[in-house]
Amino acid sequence: MNTPDPRRPYVRPMAGWWRRNPFFVEYMVHEATALFVAAYALVLLVGLLRLAQGEAAWNGWLDALRSPVALVFHVVLLAAFVYHCWTWFRIMPKTMPPLVIRGKRVAPGVITACGVAATVVCSLVVLVVAWGATR
Amino acid sequence: MKPIPRRSNAPVFWGLFGAGGMLAALFGPVLVFMTGIAVPLGFILPSDAMSWAHMQAFAQHWAGKGLLFVVVALFMWHAMHRILHSLHDLGVHAGAALKIACYGLALLVSIVAAWVLLALGF
Repeated sequence: MNTPDPRRPYVRPMAGWWRRNPFFVEYMVHEATALFVAAYALVLLVGLLRLAQGEAAWNGWLDALRSPVALVFHVVLLAAFVYHCWTWFRIMPKTMPPLVIRGKRVAPGVITACGVAATVVCSLVVLVVAWGATR
Repeated sequence: MKPIPRRSNAPVFWGLFGAGGMLAALFGPVLVFMTGIAVPLGFILPSDAMSWAHMQAFAQHWAGKGLLFVVVALFMWHAMHRILHSLHDLGVHAGAALKIACYGLALLVSIVAAWVLLALGF
């Protein structure tokens, strides 16, 4: 493939392909939410390690979460997770098998709306359970 | 006759990606809000909600242990699968080395999470 060719045929450059079209820019942005999902998994993993190391280590992790840098970082994480949620359910009608109810295919917008509604319900349930268990 | 192709391992990783993505979509925002904003600021939830005693009890209960493991491991499998394929989109060949690096990191995080959760006892 990469041997020098005396004919020097035109090869369409691929570098920066996604920056040429807003559709692909959005694609790369929603793919990039994975970086934040991984970052949050690592934040939680460090928390688990600190929990296993004892009370002082755990309280140190809690103090670190209270620092301004950590708070700003978590606001960014929250934005990335909300965007992941929205794009995940926006793409879902294309990735799942067609859903047919009473002989009619369910519209993509309905599937997306149901997914987002499910997230709202899950969020409220988790918040209420956590509030009830810790108050 | 064409030889029977070997079974692909792609569905396993795709399944982990899908499960992690769904979990991150349904519960990710509220988890980030609780652990990263609400509890540190004492906003909505009490600031001692994640106290040592509370979290020990949570992580020692089988259900809490399971939830913590599933969240950490599946978030990581989801993210590393997506990062692998995005790197491919950016021109990095998704060959064996990159696959081992990405899935290996997810596996490492899963093993460490499982090990720590088991070390915390029941």
